[in-house]
Amino acid sequence: MAEEIKLSRRDRISVWWRSQFLQASWNYERMQNVGWAYSMIPALKKLYKNKDDRAAALKRHLEFFNTHPYLAAPILGVEMTLEEKRANGADIDDAAIQGVKIGMMGPLAGVGDPIFWGTVRPVIGAFAASMALDQNWMGPIIFFLAWNIIRMAFLWYTQELGYKQGENITKDLSGGLMQRITTGASILGMFIMGVLVPRWTTMHFPMIVSTVKVDPKGQVDFSHVTGGNATVDGIRKVIGQIQGGASVTPEKTTTLQNIFDQLIPGLMPLLLTFLCIWLLRKKVSPIVIIFGLFVVGILGYWLGIFGA
Amino acid sequence: MLAVILALIVAFFAGMEGILDQFQFHQPIIACSLIGLVTGHPVEGLLLGGQLQIIALGWMNIGAAVAPDAALASVASAILVCMKGSSVSNGIALAIPLAVAGQVLTILVRSITVGLAHGADAQAKKGSFRGVEVMHITALMLQGLRIALPAALIMAVPSSAVMSALNAIPDVITKGLAVAGGFIVAVGYAMVINMMATPQIWPFFFLGFALAAVSELNLIAMGVIGLVIALVYLQLSPQFNKNSNNGGGSSNGGDPIDDILNDY
Repeated sequence: MAEEIKLSRRDRISVWWRSQFLQASWNYERMQNVGWAYSMIPALKKLYKNKDDRAAALKRHLEFFNTHPYLAAPILGVEMTLEEKRANGADIDDAAIQGVKIGMMGPLAGVGDPIFWGTVRPVIGAFAASMALDQNWMGPIIFFLAWNIIRMAFLWYTQELGYKQGENITKDLSGGLMQRITTGASILGMFIMGVLVPRWTTMHFPMIVSTVKVDPKGQVDFSHVTGGNATVDGIRKVIGQIQGGASVTPEKTTTLQNIFDQLIPGLMPLLLTFLCIWLLRKKVSPIVIIFGLFVVGILGYWLGIFGA
Repeated sequence: MLAVILALIVAFFAGMEGILDQFQFHQPIIACSLIGLVTGHPVEGLLLGGQLQIIALGWMNIGAAVAPDAALASVASAILVCMKGSSVSNGIALAIPLAVAGQVLTILVRSITVGLAHGADAQAKKGSFRGVEVMHITALMLQGLRIALPAALIMAVPSSAVMSALNAIPDVITKGLAVAGGFIVAVGYAMVINMMATPQIWPFFFLGFALAAVSELNLIAMGVIGLVIALVYLQLSPQFNKNSNNGGGSSNGGDPIDDILNDY
């Protein structure tokens, strides 16, 4: 070996940028395999100069690969280290390189789902959506910026960690620290889900259960403000009576909704969510559940159980 | 015309992101808002995006479960609302069947890319980096077209035809769909919960539920509370503190009552 070939920071940035396109050619046969090779190309180009070496390198990086798209970053880092050593003459065979990939992708895939899809995206999405519903343009802007800053930083730092620490990183990532982050993220995610269930699920039951006549003493006396004799004093009296809890209608109606709200607001959304959880665990496809709920909505509206 | 081209570009990006899942151009709050902006109906786009985002909160592919596709749902319904004059609530009702159609299309493209992967193998044999890159990018373009082509089709239908089709739907169906749109969000919540739920984590769900049901705290405050609880849990949970408690290396745990019981 005349001189050692090292991957520069520039090469690693190039791999980092390309790793964002990991899933572009996701296919049912070897899943992220082409995307993986595509991401590694800047490193391979630097390390291998003749055609045979390049062909061999591409071939070993086109094997089956699939993990969480963001957790591929630390694996890319480790593989860059391995390829660098191999190109400099170390005895690392194809099986070792494939073995590290396969060995890391399993434990890491399970880490990414609860953190990114379960917590970060729903939480930022919920904040952003609530702003958007108030016609605040900061909603989509904050969503886009916050998400991409977190994601890009995660990709870069975990890739660098993998590059600098090599295979040892698997222990760090699947044990201790990652476990803590996953648990912490899951707690925040579940808490926010609990918040969203009663807040954002709209189920209204306008069905009238009972109608009771209100005693005239408990009613607001509108004679102060009707028949052209509305005075400031009269209006004050009426407002005073309303604030005092007097009924503004001669009859008091109780809807199904009132009864549910007295138990605890959001009870029905909670039960519906549990039903969905149960159905999903019975392997019912979410699409089937959604269509089922559409049918329930139409029938319920037709029968007068649900109201807009 | 410019609006049409810009909307198609947004659709193309949404299609690419539908598979990449990185920049999130396919999320309703981004895609619908952008289409609203380029077509001159920003407020409708923003509102549609916000509402669809809530519904799509938990749409993700985990394991074998196939989730609806947010990309086609947001792009197509935004076109209907912003370019064809449909109402926001109709747009949301239409988004769901569109999401299913989008899912079928992505399965189709993911099958086609098997061929491209074999193409990449052939290029690799020649040691051609460029060849592998071309295969990869071609697949990405296909994913972009997956949304852009249906979007172009929908744009090509005259507004009057869209409106008369929408008006032909009986009132009870459209109102019923709007009602259902209020509670299908539960499916998304259930997907997220199912992914994360463990016996230790469940209590935090009920804590959030009770706090939200009986207090007026806004989402930011709730987020802060949730974060604090998560941090405190990590500090206190014995699961993460085993080493510090067992520093002496004795066979006893850190629990004094346990020590006493062991002595008997």
